[in-house]
Amino acid sequence: MNAPVTSVDRVSIAVLPPVARFNLRIAPVDLKKASAAFGLTLPGKIGQGARNGDRAAYCIGPDEWLLHAAENDQDAVVAAFEVARAETPHSLVVISDRELTIEVKGPAAAELLTVGCPLDLSCIAVGRAKRTVFDYAQVTLIRDGEDAFRVEVWRSFFPHVHGLLKNARREFAVGF
Amino acid sequence: MLLIHCPYCDDTLPELEFAYAGEAHIDRPKDPSALSDEEWRDFLFIRTNVKGIHAERWRHINGCGRFFNALRDTVSDRFFTTYKAGEARPDTTELEAAG
Ligand SMILES: [Zn+2]
Repeated sequence: MNAPVTSVDRVSIAVLPPVARFNLRIAPVDLKKASAAFGLTLPGKIGQGARNGDRAAYCIGPDEWLLHAAENDQDAVVAAFEVARAETPHSLVVISDRELTIEVKGPAAAELLTVGCPLDLSCIAVGRAKRTVFDYAQVTLIRDGEDAFRVEVWRSFFPHVHGLLKNARREFAVGF
Repeated sequence: MLLIHCPYCDDTLPELEFAYAGEAHIDRPKDPSALSDEEWRDFLFIRTNVKGIHAERWRHINGCGRFFNALRDTVSDRFFTTYKAGEARPDTTELEAAG
């Protein structure tokens, strides 16, 4: 999607290019098998993230992970888990098109997110992720840096969440 | 806003991430057709409506997705503890004695 990048000095908002996304449900005892299939050690505790190049994994429930891979790798990831199915029952759902990712970056990034997110963002360490809520819309929030976040939002909620962030950024720009 | 501790996430988080789900520890009858209409009515609708410490279900719907149980004072809204689904209700005799 070629959405415009809006930016003032303190915070910018951008819509990121598509990635392959998966929702994985698997018994925690079989996590090693999932890690082998995905080519990345999946984190074991809710909130933790792991990243290596294009591949990323975030634990968002007791037996639930959000996986990211390069868009072109989608079929390969599905095929790898298809092989693992012989050893461990699990569910791998391709959710690449279900969500869009908004990048929020800059010294005021966390402050901008507080417009719709009730979390104490200082409690989310860099590299971690959390499913939460942004003004009634469920989102997954990923912290990439002190001043850098990604918000993954379901497509149908995107205009609302993106619009709110843009409006708030404009208010920041005029000094509210 | 209430802050609620999710026993699965092991984190204390804003109420907006959670949904209330009614009184806890109400087992579905194993053989519903063996029940009288009154018993079935009681199972479906009759709750303790306690004034004081209430065991209740919550779901961390905008988080890990799990149902869990909580002990909350219905007068003060204070949460005493939360615990995983399937665990026994914690003993609250002392709490109740303390009023
Ligand atoms: Zn939780």
